[in-house]
Amino acid sequence: MNLEIILFIIFSSIAAASSVLMITRRDAVISALFLVLNFAALAGIYLILNAQFIAVVQIIVYAGAIMVLFLFVVMLLRPENEKKIFEANSKVKIFSFVIAGVVLIQLAYLILKSNPASDVSPDLARSISAGTVESIGMELYTNYILPVEAAGFLLLAATIGALVLAKKKFKEKDSSKG
Amino acid sequence: MSVPIEFYLILSAFMFFTGVAGVLTRRNAIVVFMSIELMLNSANLTLVTFSSFIGNSIGQVFVFFVMTVAAAEAAVGLAIIIALFRNKQTVNIDEINILKW
Repeated sequence: MNLEIILFIIFSSIAAASSVLMITRRDAVISALFLVLNFAALAGIYLILNAQFIAVVQIIVYAGAIMVLFLFVVMLLRPENEKKIFEANSKVKIFSFVIAGVVLIQLAYLILKSNPASDVSPDLARSISAGTVESIGMELYTNYILPVEAAGFLLLAATIGALVLAKKKFKEKDSSKG
Repeated sequence: MSVPIEFYLILSAFMFFTGVAGVLTRRNAIVVFMSIELMLNSANLTLVTFSSFIGNSIGQVFVFFVMTVAAAEAAVGLAIIIALFRNKQTVNIDEINILKW
């Protein structure tokens, strides 16, 4: 047992357990905090996979920015009837777990049947050089410059769209004009 | 690289399973959104796994774009939830049925 396997066991069990806890907690705030824990564990797994840049971006963007937005909205709205929301129809619940289980079984069957280890030949040096900021930045700003610009435009559009959607309407007369 | 690639993929499949189950069972719109983020992250894990095992950084470039789209989607989606809450005073997706005929 080397360090890599021990770290993988620790991080993967944290990720799996926190994802299960996230969908079973009643309080949305606690769900959001378990999701943050899940993202942090995933960042550790990315580090095991030699993807340094993605691990850092995962912490900054997901655990930092997006989850703060989620927590902010949850605490702003404070959904009043959590208990009522959680108690869905149990038949629907069982049915949805069956559907999700079918998806899981299909995925696991495909993964184990297709034997992906035969198609990849792990090379530690290439794997480390692929995950550095240098190589990803080189790809982003040469071959993928147009998608980068499109992503920037998408973020601008999302910012304006979020502002327009969440804007408080002061008068009823103004809202009818559009 | 001493952990087999199947372990990462099975972890990713399990996280996708919990995401699907969360979307289908939960009735709080914000938690449904968080489950969608969980599914996006499990897809990211698969991309990073293959990228790292093949030794090619294109998969990680794609993860970068997935994160961009996820950030945009979270911002717009939460704005929609706030607008819905302002109109209907609830985030329970069973009570939000204005598009139902």
